Amino acid sequence: MMENAKRNTVWDTMDNLRQYLPVAVLLVLVIISSLLSKNFLTVQNIFNLLRQNAGTVIVSMGMLLVILTGGIDLSVGSVAAFSSVLFATLLDNRQAAALPLPLALLLTLLGSLAFGALCGYLVAYKKMAAFVVTLAAMTAARGVAYMISHAKTIPITNEVVNVFSKGNVLKVPYSVILALLIFLCVAFVLRFTSYGRFVQAIGSNENAVRLSGIRTSMFVLSVYVVSSLLCTFGGIVESRTGVGDARVCEGLELDAIAACVIGGASLSGGKGTALNTLMGVLILGLIGNIMALKKVAPYPQQVIKGVIIIAAVLLQGKRNKD
Amino acid sequence: MGQAYRVQMQGIQKAFAGIKALRGVDFFLLPGEIHALVGENGAGKSTLMKVLSGAYAMDAGEVRIDGKPALLGTPRRGKELGVGIVYQEFELADDLTIAENILIDRLGRHGIVHWKALFAKAQAVIHGLGFDIDVRSLVRDISVAYKQVVEIAKALSADAKILILDEPTAVLTPTETHKLFETMRALKAQGVSIVYISHRMEEIFSVCDRVTIMRDGEVTGSGPLASFTPDSVVELMIGRKLSTMYPPRNARPGAELLRVEGLSGRAFSDIGFTLHKGEVLGIFGLVGSGRTEIVRAIFGADARKGGKVWLSGRETHIRSPHQGMRQGLALIPENRKEQGLVLDQSISRNMSLCNIRRVSQPRGILRRRKERALAEELIARLSVKAGNPINPVKTLSGGNQQKVVIAKWLAASFQVLIMDEPTRGVDVGAKVEIYQIMNQLAAQGVGILMISSELNEIIGMCDAVMVVDKGRKMGALSKEELSEKSIMKLVVGGKQ
Repeated sequence: MMENAKRNTVWDTMDNLRQYLPVAVLLVLVIISSLLSKNFLTVQNIFNLLRQNAGTVIVSMGMLLVILTGGIDLSVGSVAAFSSVLFATLLDNRQAAALPLPLALLLTLLGSLAFGALCGYLVAYKKMAAFVVTLAAMTAARGVAYMISHAKTIPITNEVVNVFSKGNVLKVPYSVILALLIFLCVAFVLRFTSYGRFVQAIGSNENAVRLSGIRTSMFVLSVYVVSSLLCTFGGIVESRTGVGDARVCEGLELDAIAACVIGGASLSGGKGTALNTLMGVLILGLIGNIMALKKVAPYPQQVIKGVIIIAAVLLQGKRNKD
Repeated sequence: MGQAYRVQMQGIQKAFAGIKALRGVDFFLLPGEIHALVGENGAGKSTLMKVLSGAYAMDAGEVRIDGKPALLGTPRRGKELGVGIVYQEFELADDLTIAENILIDRLGRHGIVHWKALFAKAQAVIHGLGFDIDVRSLVRDISVAYKQVVEIAKALSADAKILILDEPTAVLTPTETHKLFETMRALKAQGVSIVYISHRMEEIFSVCDRVTIMRDGEVTGSGPLASFTPDSVVELMIGRKLSTMYPPRNARPGAELLRVEGLSGRAFSDIGFTLHKGEVLGIFGLVGSGRTEIVRAIFGADARKGGKVWLSGRETHIRSPHQGMRQGLALIPENRKEQGLVLDQSISRNMSLCNIRRVSQPRGILRRRKERALAEELIARLSVKAGNPINPVKTLSGGNQQKVVIAKWLAASFQVLIMDEPTRGVDVGAKVEIYQIMNQLAAQGVGILMISSELNEIIGMCDAVMVVDKGRKMGALSKEELSEKSIMKLVVGGKQ
């Protein structure tokens, strides 16, 4: 008994430390990068880096919720593009019926929600595989985006939106503030609410949670809805060049999944935190950023990213297997 | 040592994650005998046999087969040394033919299957066992009893001299059991040594020659069956007098609480019974008898096809576990690891699962201090041996894990407690504690529906018993009528 207790505390401490591994990895990368390039640790570059990854952070937070339940959402990139295009179209004052901003945003959110609710319903109540359902939604949403935009970019002329995309408070871009707020919300929900508790528990053992009298299907459906709503914000943030474009966010789902995984989330569900997912996004973004600064060609960059993902998961391998 | 042993296992030790499953076990098997290996769930029987078959590597000890030291450690080595094992859960590929399953590791040369030779060889093995089954049939299409025969054939096909059968009759009808015993006797006559794991005293005393009894990873008795009685075997199994195992209950059954009529669903039909306040009603049935499906349908975990359920005189239409819980039902499921607990999460998180509102504000924000207080209260109330409520529940022993499952329901409120094999894989001390909790709840007026495949437990704990088989109710017995004989008679009764 004594031995056991002792071993437990050592094991606990190790586990507690390992929990912050992604934070440590990011710090190490920051140090290495600032040594590699003196342009790295400048206010301008850091905010560039954050701005470029704001959309990914937002979408990754939704992805994390889905992954925590043991699911996956491949449709995020397409739903974000769909949002980008729909939002721009609804605001387009070249047409007679340009809508006021709040209404346009609301309708765009509803459009995304339709995708999320449909995916969630099929996964939660029809017990279809999340991979298959969201793969179909990924194809369909991108198709709808092209249909709405006729494969053209739609300029966003709304003043407020443009201020949002380009402006900043004390040099912090609005989009970064939005991403930060969403991150804080998700972190709070996961840590301090019963909703977050159930989402994690479902991913660990849906059966046991259901047999404890909890409406698990409702919770599963909800994470796809949340994910799709966050895609709207992700899509709008990603339209930062001031146009709605059906081509944006291509491959965003892979970045979001990679961020969760680098942050230690388990694809079988139940494991992962908002903070570490944020670290995952920043690790990926930072690697891209430093390689761009060092003028590494784009294709080798992809290879290096791939290696990093595997390395990150290997580092955490022990923990996930326990 | 006058006799030449087929198997000598001495001082066998095996631990899993620090928990000792075998603490220096000695086990001797004679050539051509049927040797009963008995013990409660978790006593170490299966672990010991897995060491013998090579599925587990032992931590310490020595195994000799026919006097020669046997280096086991992989199932393949076990097979080469002539050990065949049939597990409780079959390990057959449903979509392959019987022949392929039997000779799965010798399908042909150089990866090319010689079908004709394969079928002939497999057929010979099946015939040798006294059965006439076409080995070209797919395993998915044959009955459970035949699957068992295929498993035995598979175990014997490698010229096994030692055959281990792990609770083979749990899934068999009495006729099939009888046939199995004939096969076992025939194999014994051919010199095969059989280890027979079972809970059923009657079967053991009718077919076995010798017995080894285990409890908590140790051997508590061994010898010719003639020197034992069923009661003495059971008392060695549980480590105490039968009379002190099941604490007396003061509660007397009161008003009607749960009434079920004509209930049908997946794997069962036309089930009816009444549960009263303060009553412990047992459901006895074999594995696959529909017993679990019945209670799952009542709780709302599975859909039901027909029938009526009344709770305290009001008809209910429960369609999900959530509704079941709200109507005052609670379920301790059959398999705590897969259905009862979120193993990766902490003890306190598991304990507040059923009633998260009790530890959160109206808007769903958790109050961690309340949650911890609740966990500590329940840990004390059920005397769960847990260091810290924030430790993962998987670090607890089986008995303590089961107490956590009970605790999570105690945090909520219920009138009817359904317990599906509540003491499976639980050590004797924790068992008695679980029985005490049941008695306390009954005294408070809770009605308890308990499924069990352990006859002693059913007889010791229940006020009445319903026997089910093949999804049908075979009869009911009152407390006075309860005995191993009367229960098994009802199970058999239905077959004629």
